[in-house]
Amino acid sequence: MINPKKEMLNRRNFLRYAGAGAAVTALVMTGCKDDELPVPKPDEEGVYFGSGDIAILNYAYALEQLEAAFYTKVAEAPYSGISDLEMQYLTDIRDHEITHREFFKAAIGDSAIEGLEFDFSSVNFGSRESVLATAKAFEDLGVSAYNGAGRLIEDVAYLALAGKIVSVEARHAALIRDLISNGSFADSTVIDGNGLDTSRSPGEVLDIASMYIKTPVNVKDLPNY
Amino acid sequence: MNLLNIVNEIEGVEQGIHDRLNPRRMAIKGMFNFGSKVALAAMPFALGSFFNKAYAQAPGSVKDILNFALTLEYLEAEFYSKGVAANGLIPAGPALGAMTTIRDHENQHVDFLKTALGADAVSKPEFDFTAGGAFGDVFSNYDTFLALAQVFEDTGVRAYKGQAGGLISNKDVLTAALNIHSVEARHASHLRQMRRARGGAASELKPWITGANDTGIGAAVDAIYVGEDNKTQAGLDITQLQGVGGKLSADAATESFDEPLSAEAVLAIVGPFIV
Repeated sequence: MINPKKEMLNRRNFLRYAGAGAAVTALVMTGCKDDELPVPKPDEEGVYFGSGDIAILNYAYALEQLEAAFYTKVAEAPYSGISDLEMQYLTDIRDHEITHREFFKAAIGDSAIEGLEFDFSSVNFGSRESVLATAKAFEDLGVSAYNGAGRLIEDVAYLALAGKIVSVEARHAALIRDLISNGSFADSTVIDGNGLDTSRSPGEVLDIASMYIKTPVNVKDLPNY
Repeated sequence: MNLLNIVNEIEGVEQGIHDRLNPRRMAIKGMFNFGSKVALAAMPFALGSFFNKAYAQAPGSVKDILNFALTLEYLEAEFYSKGVAANGLIPAGPALGAMTTIRDHENQHVDFLKTALGADAVSKPEFDFTAGGAFGDVFSNYDTFLALAQVFEDTGVRAYKGQAGGLISNKDVLTAALNIHSVEARHASHLRQMRRARGGAASELKPWITGANDTGIGAAVDAIYVGEDNKTQAGLDITQLQGVGGKLSADAATESFDEPLSAEAVLAIVGPFIV
């Protein structure tokens, strides 16, 4: 669970927001019970991710929501001609992404963002090619997101958690790539001449992911570089 | 990734590293020698707890960690180089293509880490991939070679994961290590698919790790997968969380998180392969 140090971080942030206007006053009044202050989510600015490590965790939570929602749709209405093994793999991956999503939701607790809505209108769920191409994009993006976020994490326990998840995303990415073209599990489109995988800053990742995220988000305090 | 930044970060943080590194090198060398002396051929992977007692100290500095990583990359690079070069071992076509891809990455990792460490890089140990005879047909039996490849990659993933925390104050080094870590995971995923395609004991193997030792190789590799059956993350029992049509399964809970290994445990695993 989130440690007390991080709750303090939320509190400072909250207090900064508390002066913003009368509309927030009610939130302050209701938020003070049990000495636990909620992260403010001013509607006009979209879903607020928080700051510091909380924001990074919510960022990961948002990406896991995206992946889980995608694979849920894939498993509900599999593309035509799907093999038994592909169905098993894609169902496993769905369950992994749901596991990650539910884990973050529970671990972040009161500071967790709400469930986001997604737009998959660009995906043809009846087409193997479209589904696997989207899966590849999401998995490679996920790997690069965790790799790129590592340097922004302050708490070593959260870094360890990110490490436990990113290699599973990399296992997914390699499999999906091999389903598209056997042997492309780590080709030169993702691995550079030093044998290093791709990393992306949160800003770069969200730029790519934004076409799928329908709910407005407020990431102004999300660490970035 | 800017290599110069990494070198600068190491130099900046590790003042006077040279004096401390030499004893450390000797200690690691001694650990490897010790491993081969006690003739581990019978149970080459089962010595984790023994080594933990003998050498409780983890690599402390960034340079220690990178030299630890370099040692593992030396092992992988030479393993695949010999395998790809062995006549008739790896079937021509996709299999040889994949092994060549992986070999190239491991060689690139060696070069990258050696360049980052400069004069502080440890030299390549001498390897015995038969582990004193336990895997005598490693370069003549494709299935033995594939099995070792898989466990080396799964070990590599756990090894890098176990060192991430030690790099948290060195952002460029950490990012580079993470960028290697996920490549090892991609390798592991592919090798698991290759072994599954061979059938037999690996016919149900998945690209991800289910429970603890799911390899079909037997108890000899238990130490490599010890703890992978963990179902609790950050104090949360994952099997109590909601999945599709009920609680998340134990398989989903273990597959969804790869677990780290300590340096001591990793060194105990690879010790038998180092002369």
